[in-house]
Amino acid sequence: MNAPPAVRAAGRDARAGDGPWPHVLLAWPTVALTVLFVVPLGIIAALGFFRRIQAGFFEVAFVTDNYARALDAFHLERLSVSVVLALAATLVTLLLAVPFTFLLSRRPRARQVPYLVLVLASLSLSEVIVAFAWSLLLSRTSGVSNLLVALGLMDAPVSWSPGLWAVLLAYVFVALPLAVLSLYPTFSRLDQELPEAAGTMGAAPLTGFVTVVLPLVRRAVAATGALVFIFVLGAYVIPQTLGRPAQWTIPVHITDQAIMKNHLPLAASLAIVLLIVSSAIAVAIVMIGAGRWPRRTLPVRALPGRAR
Amino acid sequence: MGPAPASAAAAVAAGATTASPGTSAPRPDLVIQGLGKRFGATVALDAVDLRVPGGSLVCFVGPSGCGKTTLLRIIAGLETPDAGQLLLGGRDLTRVPVHRRDVGMVFQSLALFPHLTVAENIAYGLRIRGVRRRKRLARAQELLDLVRLPDVASKRIAELSGGMRQRVAMARALALDPALFLLDEPLSALDAKLREGMQLELRRLQRRVGITTIIVTHDQEEAMAMADLVVVMGDNRVQQVGPPLEIYRRPANRFVASFVGRNNLLPARVVAADAVEVAGVRAPMARDLPVPPVGTDVTVAARPENLRLHAQAPTGAALRGTITMVRDLGRTVETRVRVLDQELVVSGRGGFAEGDEVWVALPEGGLVALAA
Repeated sequence: MNAPPAVRAAGRDARAGDGPWPHVLLAWPTVALTVLFVVPLGIIAALGFFRRIQAGFFEVAFVTDNYARALDAFHLERLSVSVVLALAATLVTLLLAVPFTFLLSRRPRARQVPYLVLVLASLSLSEVIVAFAWSLLLSRTSGVSNLLVALGLMDAPVSWSPGLWAVLLAYVFVALPLAVLSLYPTFSRLDQELPEAAGTMGAAPLTGFVTVVLPLVRRAVAATGALVFIFVLGAYVIPQTLGRPAQWTIPVHITDQAIMKNHLPLAASLAIVLLIVSSAIAVAIVMIGAGRWPRRTLPVRALPGRAR
Repeated sequence: MGPAPASAAAAVAAGATTASPGTSAPRPDLVIQGLGKRFGATVALDAVDLRVPGGSLVCFVGPSGCGKTTLLRIIAGLETPDAGQLLLGGRDLTRVPVHRRDVGMVFQSLALFPHLTVAENIAYGLRIRGVRRRKRLARAQELLDLVRLPDVASKRIAELSGGMRQRVAMARALALDPALFLLDEPLSALDAKLREGMQLELRRLQRRVGITTIIVTHDQEEAMAMADLVVVMGDNRVQQVGPPLEIYRRPANRFVASFVGRNNLLPARVVAADAVEVAGVRAPMARDLPVPPVGTDVTVAARPENLRLHAQAPTGAALRGTITMVRDLGRTVETRVRVLDQELVVSGRGGFAEGDEVWVALPEGGLVALAA
């Protein structure tokens, strides 16, 4: 504020030295987020307050019925089921992806490539394909159980779908490659000598992994957990195709309200509630991973026997 | 601050593990027999036999890719050999997993745990063994005193300088009073000055704790400066084992002669039980060194500091040549002389200029005959 105008001008010139192009290019994410995310989100949030017209569409109004219904006992119960299912899927995915990625990252580079290519390739399977593929594989008429019967491992073919386990299986199946790719950079940067050093100090492999590797990758694991959680919580083809009504999650009901029942305001308010809940849980997961929540104090204790 | 007595250090660790061995107890020898290792089609180690005397400091030295790190990792239990065995005081270690092997290791990257404090790093092994927190932190402090870093216990690794990290890594490796103290290129990340200081420090530390120590280095000068015993490795096998001076004075073969220090290698032929002929000149050999049978083609090795330059033909064996380059290195003058089709390096006093015709005297006892 006290700087002479010439100095301020010079500072401005230095910042503007590259011309307008950097600003134009850097503006792109802002524009994209605004146009493709903030505006539609605002519309949906507003839509939740509109009034539904029976046998019609909706009219602009300000009513709270839709949000009230989105938070009624039925939908809250569906919301808890959705969250618990997504958390379970996240947990199982992490339990598989973390050791897998750790072991993968310790292989020689050249040996890692085929695995990474396969993981990447499996990402190209959409949720829809995965859901329908598993519904076939788990069916009684043409599923895996027929193979097991042919091999003499089972007496008669059974149907494993729809059901809770089918939903969880498909969730984990679509989330696993995502989790591996999200964890891989951190694990591949981890000094391979760290777990070895733990070994030389008497730590068995699992102990070394828990006491040295996990603390160093916990942020990446938490971030991956949040990513998987949001991804799974948003899936609706899997629970709809592979689940019974008991496993129908909020996204299934949003689809149902929006497409089958033409109740767009309720669908919109459900979507907003889901968004808030899933964001809050994702943030909590990341904070737990970073060790910032629940708040802990780490006392640096004075060392005994140090009179100096 | 008084130095922490090693016996006390050993006793604390012993309290955590087994009965006190004390530092006066003889350390067992490490015996390596017929050790072999392949990585796919690549031979990393080929039939290595070696005895590391208990309580000594041994350096594995060799060019990169010679197998020295692989050998160290096998001793640590981080790699499994394909052939041969590893005995420590008669106990077969070959199949013992790393975490039950009783080794302390300083890794090339140091591998200090960034999420733990200095004291927690050093006390990690004690924590794994279930030693109480108070006791293990006391032990950590004792080791920090030993490596002369008394005031960093509660610091994070990231807050330490390179030299300090080095010492912390050593302290951590010694915390359990291991049977073997292994160091993989421990000083390679330090600058030249710090490196020399740490060589001395490491040597002193090893003398004080008396633990059998193996250091891998690619730097032969470092090996010469620290070791009781130097193991020269090349081509995935042990080329020579001996005290530093013996390795320097009596290289076993061309590889050792050219890898350890500098050497002029000249083709020659044995013409008598105590003489060779080099470029038509008869040169006496040292009497205490073995000379192959008369008529054998050999290579003779001559250290630059053992050659002398003369303006006139000296008495005794000498080769005539022309000076191609003179470099004054301060402590010594390095002169390059073209003799026939070869360039010899002579180090000593100067007094000659490029283009001078000189005689290079081959002193008795200064030549070593090697298989051609």
